[in-house]
Amino acid sequence: MNPTKQIVSGLARRQRAEKRFRLYGLTAVVLGMAFLLLLFGSIVANGYKAFTQTYIELPIYFDPAVIDPSSERDHQTLFSADYWKLVKTAVYQKFPQASGRKERRELTRMVSEGSAYELRDQVLENPRLIGTTQHIWLAADDDIDMLMKGYIDRNVPEDERRLNDRIIGYVDSMREVDAIERRFNTTFFAAGDSREPEQAGILGALMGSFLTLIVTLLLSFPIGVAAAVYLEEFAPRNRFIDLIEININNLAAVPSIIFGLLGLAIFINWFGMPRSTPVVGGLVLGLMTLPTIIIASRVSIQSVPPSIKEAALGVGASRMQAMFHHVLPIATPGMLTGTIIGMARALGETAPLLMIGMVAFIVDPPGGFTEPATALPVQIFLWSDSPERGFTERTSAAILVLLVFLIAMNAAAVYLRERVTKRF
Amino acid sequence: MDITETLAIPIPEQLDSPAVPDQADLDLTTVGDFTVPDPRMKIRDVNVFYGQKQAIFDVNLDIGSNSVVAMIGPSGCGKTTLLRCLNRMNDTIDGCRVEGRVEMDDKNVYDRKMDPVLLRARVGMVFQKPNPFPKSIFDNVAYGPRIHGLVRDRTDLEEIVHTSLERAGLLDEVKDRMDQPGTGLSGGQQQRLCIARAIAVSPEVILMDEPCSALDPIATARIEELIGELRKNFSIVIVTHSMQQAARVSQRTAYFHLGYLVEVGSTKDIFTTPKHQLTEEYITGRFG
Repeated sequence: MNPTKQIVSGLARRQRAEKRFRLYGLTAVVLGMAFLLLLFGSIVANGYKAFTQTYIELPIYFDPAVIDPSSERDHQTLFSADYWKLVKTAVYQKFPQASGRKERRELTRMVSEGSAYELRDQVLENPRLIGTTQHIWLAADDDIDMLMKGYIDRNVPEDERRLNDRIIGYVDSMREVDAIERRFNTTFFAAGDSREPEQAGILGALMGSFLTLIVTLLLSFPIGVAAAVYLEEFAPRNRFIDLIEININNLAAVPSIIFGLLGLAIFINWFGMPRSTPVVGGLVLGLMTLPTIIIASRVSIQSVPPSIKEAALGVGASRMQAMFHHVLPIATPGMLTGTIIGMARALGETAPLLMIGMVAFIVDPPGGFTEPATALPVQIFLWSDSPERGFTERTSAAILVLLVFLIAMNAAAVYLRERVTKRF
Repeated sequence: MDITETLAIPIPEQLDSPAVPDQADLDLTTVGDFTVPDPRMKIRDVNVFYGQKQAIFDVNLDIGSNSVVAMIGPSGCGKTTLLRCLNRMNDTIDGCRVEGRVEMDDKNVYDRKMDPVLLRARVGMVFQKPNPFPKSIFDNVAYGPRIHGLVRDRTDLEEIVHTSLERAGLLDEVKDRMDQPGTGLSGGQQQRLCIARAIAVSPEVILMDEPCSALDPIATARIEELIGELRKNFSIVIVTHSMQQAARVSQRTAYFHLGYLVEVGSTKDIFTTPKHQLTEEYITGRFG
């Protein structure tokens, strides 16, 4: 048999093997995409309705007798007045058929308790409202919101569902005259945490995450880059440096909760830093991100062609000049990519923040690095623990917001990586 | 341990033995006079080691003023290693150790007090593969004068850049696109840009490590012509694989074999009447 014939006889088998392998690969990709879509799909399906919120239109009479009996427009008086009473009066007037004590309490429960603060803010901003009647859209209670979003099944027996037939009747009657509707949920983006789902927002968590990441970046980027430059360019080759390198690689694999314990023991217990604050969270996450940045920076420094450095040394540049004038500019996009990926990981990190107390219930968005705060993933963790249906959808919505930030950061990393390939 | 694995920069030449004739009984001591009157640099008893492996054995050689010395020899004979000793570029290679003296103005360049930055400003280098910075043509040439503080203002700098490009024979081709990246030039132009970059700091010696090995014959001819011009102002040491090139551009030739300097003399003598058996076999093409 001649060689050509031998090759031909094996060709079909080789082609079959290749086809089979391609099929395996395709199956793996399709499966992966399917799971990803399932994940995203379920989160979006659970969460998208949280971006709207049910509002009820009520004719509020800003009764001077309630708000400002002395007619002095004194700030303190206006601030501490009983605005909830205005809301109650308005609902009673809207549904005069409800007369009993129990029925009236049901009525007032339809409106969010946060409405009183909403009215107060409006009056403080514009005291001329006092004495007038305004049609104002106020946030509905989360149970009403759930009903409007179709999460409450009317076919369930009355005593087993959260809203009785009477309230559903009120809602339906308001629906007929367009006095109740779903609007974009600004509260979700403008408020801090709350016990009431309709008043809860992610602003506090976002601010906390933002402040934490600033500390993380300020700590880990300069130290990481300096360490990478030293290890690549100036470190002598000896046992001690080998040990350091091995430990940096090991550090990258340490479970993040260990860093949280470290932060608790060192930063809070020993240094006496305040608990639950972005500064401690940032320090802990910075230590966690450090090895990632060092490793990424070293890789991108190594990927710069050595001929560039030799050229610089050849005309008499010092090692530092060769590094800073030629190697680092080329390595920068790669280093930034590593940094962004490290920061994205820090943004999604929960466990170490639990250890340092950033898991507390904090209503006011933090105004500085040393004020108590939570972070976005911790907020998700907190809400996912809450029994109210309103928090379930807000959990998914917060996850969506977190994902948007993560995807944006990763896209930035990809963009930078593209730029580095274009330069050569 | 295999040192090549740990190197940031690969050793420039393979150290494994090339195919050479049986030489067990050959005498490898230098034939010919390695000295010249009024030398610019002096290499005395230099031994170079890569880790445990010795790459250069007891080499003595003078680099003359305003002339071209060609270093030839088969692959792995240590000519690039020796060249890189002259401006201490071997410092960047881990595990590389140099013994002996390399003198410039009667000072050992391997002395502790000698700053490699100053040395490399005085002894410039052109590499095997053109390696312009990924910056503009202007900035490529201006880099050396800038870091050494050789210029007071922009006008000075522009003058240096123009003169250097002119001396490198590149000015006419690039004067309209000085802000274009140097990496966008052709291979031969890139190599002339590297030469311009080297002469911009007014070195005394220029080391050329196979400057034409990555170029086509026309670009090679231009570089060789340029070397002839540069000789008037600089001392040049060129490592080459091409014996024809060595014959064309150099006044003296040094033949290396397995880390030994086997024969040195005027280029004419080496190529017409080689005294050592190995030299003769190499230039007549029996191995290489």
